Amino acid sequence: MTAYLKLDHIDKIFTRGAATTEVLKDICLTIEKGQYVSIIGHSGCGKSTLLNIIAGLTNASTGGVLLENREVNSPGPDRAVVFQNHSLLPWLTVYENVRLGVDKVFAKTKTRAERDAWVMHNLNLVQMAHAKDKRPSEISGGMKQRVGIARALAMEPKVLLLDEPFGALDALTRAHLQDSVMALHQKLGNTILMITHDVDEAVLLSDRIVMMTNGPSARIGEVLEVPLARPRKRLELATNTTYLKCRQRVLEFLYERHRFVEAA
Amino acid sequence: MNMPATKIEVESATPAGSAAPVVAMTPKRPPRSEAYARMVRETAVRVIPPLVVIALLTLVWELVCRRAGSALPPPSRVFKDTKELILDPFFDHGGIDKGLFWHLSASLQRVAFGYSLSAIAGIALGVLVGQSVWAMRGLDPLFQVLRTIPPLAWLPLSLAAFRDGQPSAIFVIFITSIWPIIINTAVGIRNIPQDYRNVAAVVQLNPLEFFGKVMIPAAAPYIFTGLRIGIGLSWLAIVAAEMLIGGVGIGFFIWDAWNSSHISEIILALIYVGIVGFVLDRLIAGLGKIVTRGTAMN
Repeated sequence: MTAYLKLDHIDKIFTRGAATTEVLKDICLTIEKGQYVSIIGHSGCGKSTLLNIIAGLTNASTGGVLLENREVNSPGPDRAVVFQNHSLLPWLTVYENVRLGVDKVFAKTKTRAERDAWVMHNLNLVQMAHAKDKRPSEISGGMKQRVGIARALAMEPKVLLLDEPFGALDALTRAHLQDSVMALHQKLGNTILMITHDVDEAVLLSDRIVMMTNGPSARIGEVLEVPLARPRKRLELATNTTYLKCRQRVLEFLYERHRFVEAA
Repeated sequence: MNMPATKIEVESATPAGSAAPVVAMTPKRPPRSEAYARMVRETAVRVIPPLVVIALLTLVWELVCRRAGSALPPPSRVFKDTKELILDPFFDHGGIDKGLFWHLSASLQRVAFGYSLSAIAGIALGVLVGQSVWAMRGLDPLFQVLRTIPPLAWLPLSLAAFRDGQPSAIFVIFITSIWPIIINTAVGIRNIPQDYRNVAAVVQLNPLEFFGKVMIPAAAPYIFTGLRIGIGLSWLAIVAAEMLIGGVGIGFFIWDAWNSSHISEIILALIYVGIVGFVLDRLIAGLGKIVTRGTAMN
């Protein structure tokens, strides 16, 4: 297995005054190029912290992140993030939000016209070209998330990081957007790391599911391969035995062996 | 911006009595005129109540002050005394014997100058204090003390420093209006959502780009709140400062009128000061609305 993105013995300890909390303990993971990997766990287990570490927004206490065998510890467009709450800048139009990243990443390699075409190409990929002059407040939640995905894709990241990208959406919109992301992954072959707490979503989308134990000191409890052929169809999978088995495994992990204990 | 329209209404509507006939009179021709009629009705709804209140207050004032021996003139006297000033605001007999337009414009120039300086310096300092924890710890206590000093208390000191009325007045405006601008800008900067900072980090904006593309637009609603309070304070300060420094200016006009016992002129000047202050406030508010139209959170 060739490691494209490698998490090497990552620990994360938060210190507040005299109290220290160990959030992540000894996280090791290798991801191949073009793989779709999901990280699933109960809330508060440190999934988002892990994603922030990979994105470079937070530093690991020990250990590090290697992308193509080079250590990365500051944020950059090679690890573009799709944030849970879309995080579009409300004073910019849809087009300008995507353009912001494109202008920085391709400042030297693309002409003005090429950058414009590239922005429109990415908006077309997520079917949002029609709303290019709208502001985020004028479009729906699902559309905002599409634009967020376009913004990340337009930076041509080596790894696309999705932080619970569908968490804030209603069920129908979510299914629709999941299909879109699946189609994009099929078409572009991106390496994708997604944080989620939705079992169906994880099984449907991923090549591998990384299950995290409960915090504090959350570890990787189990890694499950999802041997389902692509392209996957939501309706057919509903009765597929492999799908159901994978789903069962994840549910068992989450609800029997590592049941979520309510914080006192 | 509302004010000129209101003024016209005042002059045309009050003699005719109530403005209700205006609504009824709009022609009922094609559908476009209906929209026009609705517009007129909506304007009337907003304009008539204040007109009624003003008319009533004027009436009470007239009744109270009409008695012989009352200290203040009734509105009819004010109007008779100041008719020339109202009708010809542009005369210039040299010295300080000028029309009200020139007094107001002299005051406005000082405010424009001092306020522009304080807007620039205030936003710059606010960004510094909002962005840097150490700057905040160092400067904030100082600001909190300095901002409580009344505007006029600065005047003797600035006269001593500048040895001239004009820069002193500008300095007083500057020092009066800068505090709300600094404090609101700092709050705005401190409240920039972490999400926006994360986006900027992932895109790798440099500090200058972050300042222009994220920080200023994100903090703009707060900044404009500060600017709006600031313009109000500078208009307050200029009238007071001008009373003391003399020369051309609405503040000194009032003081001069008092010294010559022209009470009617004082009243007229106060009305003008109020209207100009109102217009300034609306101007900044309107500018803020245009600039921050995209910043409204969903």
